[in-house]
Amino acid sequence: MTIRKNQASLTPEEKRAFVAALLELKRTGRYDRFVTTHNGFIMGDTDSGDRVGHRSPSFLPWHRRFLLEFEAALQEVDPAVALPYWDWTADRTARSSLWAADFLGGTGRARDGQVLDGPFAYAAGKWEIAVRVDGRSYLRRALGTGVAQLPTRAEVDSVLAMPVYDAAPWNSSSGGFRNNLEGWRGANLHNRVHVWVGGQMATGVSPNDPVFWMHHAFIDKLWADWQALHPQSTYLPAAGTPNVVDLHDTMRPWNDVTPADMLDHRKFYTFDTEPVPAPAGAAASQR
Amino acid sequence: MPEDSTELTRRRMLLGTGGTLAAAGLAVLGLAGPAAEPARATEATDAETDFDETYHGRRIRGTSAAGDQLLSARRKPHAARHQNHGSQTILIDGQELHAMRNADGTWISVIHHYQTFGSPRALARAAVIELQGASLLPLG
Repeated sequence: MTIRKNQASLTPEEKRAFVAALLELKRTGRYDRFVTTHNGFIMGDTDSGDRVGHRSPSFLPWHRRFLLEFEAALQEVDPAVALPYWDWTADRTARSSLWAADFLGGTGRARDGQVLDGPFAYAAGKWEIAVRVDGRSYLRRALGTGVAQLPTRAEVDSVLAMPVYDAAPWNSSSGGFRNNLEGWRGANLHNRVHVWVGGQMATGVSPNDPVFWMHHAFIDKLWADWQALHPQSTYLPAAGTPNVVDLHDTMRPWNDVTPADMLDHRKFYTFDTEPVPAPAGAAASQR
Repeated sequence: MPEDSTELTRRRMLLGTGGTLAAAGLAVLGLAGPAAEPARATEATDAETDFDETYHGRRIRGTSAAGDQLLSARRKPHAARHQNHGSQTILIDGQELHAMRNADGTWISVIHHYQTFGSPRALARAAVIELQGASLLPLG
């Protein structure tokens, strides 16, 4: 069974294996197909039209399925690899070991944003940005420039406390847990982290930066944490919603998986620290 | 995953965005006065949506007009559809910047996809800064 660990607790050998698997997917062209898929959905998902990957209830199950497919691809290269998660409430500066040269490399230089160290630096020759929206083919970052601060634990807890999964009109203007976690409303969690990293992570081709997967693995963990806090709450909407993926509707591009299939992550992987379900009494008081 | 997902969703994107803005455009025309003066209504432009300026050395143009001609040559396959819908177009040195309007009226672009801006012009200016002189690539 796959165990997803906090990136801060990985051993040097686990970091090497993860990086090597990323570079191999990149070399074979498989990595870039994930970037293409993500960009297609992020440009296609609109508040008033069909929306599947973003700005909609299926933001969470869509990314859970997307990460599962990516993790399976990594494991075809190296069965020992699992996606780590980045708890940006804890590792919240550019000095975190996440950004060291033995893992993801650091921020970009001031002149052009180019990342100069680590395995994904352009000069290392193994990470050309091929699926791109502008002419630049080197990985860029500007850690902490687009926005000064990553979300805090208190901000995360305030969103986890929201008992309703999602609400009409099921888009970027919705109240509820999903949209506050996604960040179009309220404290701004997920969106703000993309902006904090900067470079390609702030664009529609954000999976060009490997930190994309660790960011989304943590967002995915927060969904699991929320489920444990609110065992009486579930995915919404249940049925019959135009342009939106209901609980038992299939999701593009796979067309054979529904949000209902994605609700229990333990069918696929566990976390190094599994959320502890709230006692029945505590759950009742949330309603 | 299917190789054609990007093209499919791009079509959906064009349809979806056009529909939203068509509704907004009709609302504006409805408020603009009697039908005897349609020309005045379409000439009235908002500098934040309809602009043509040089910003940090780059020409940025925006238009919210229905049936806009800016992209008529570039966007042949979609031209017919765009003549029937109002739409926001943003060009940076002649290349389209994919933009999207959020439900609350704010804007995002493919360059800033997780950060909202108050107007198409603010979006275009932010993209120029972020591009640092790089050219936009054609959509899709």
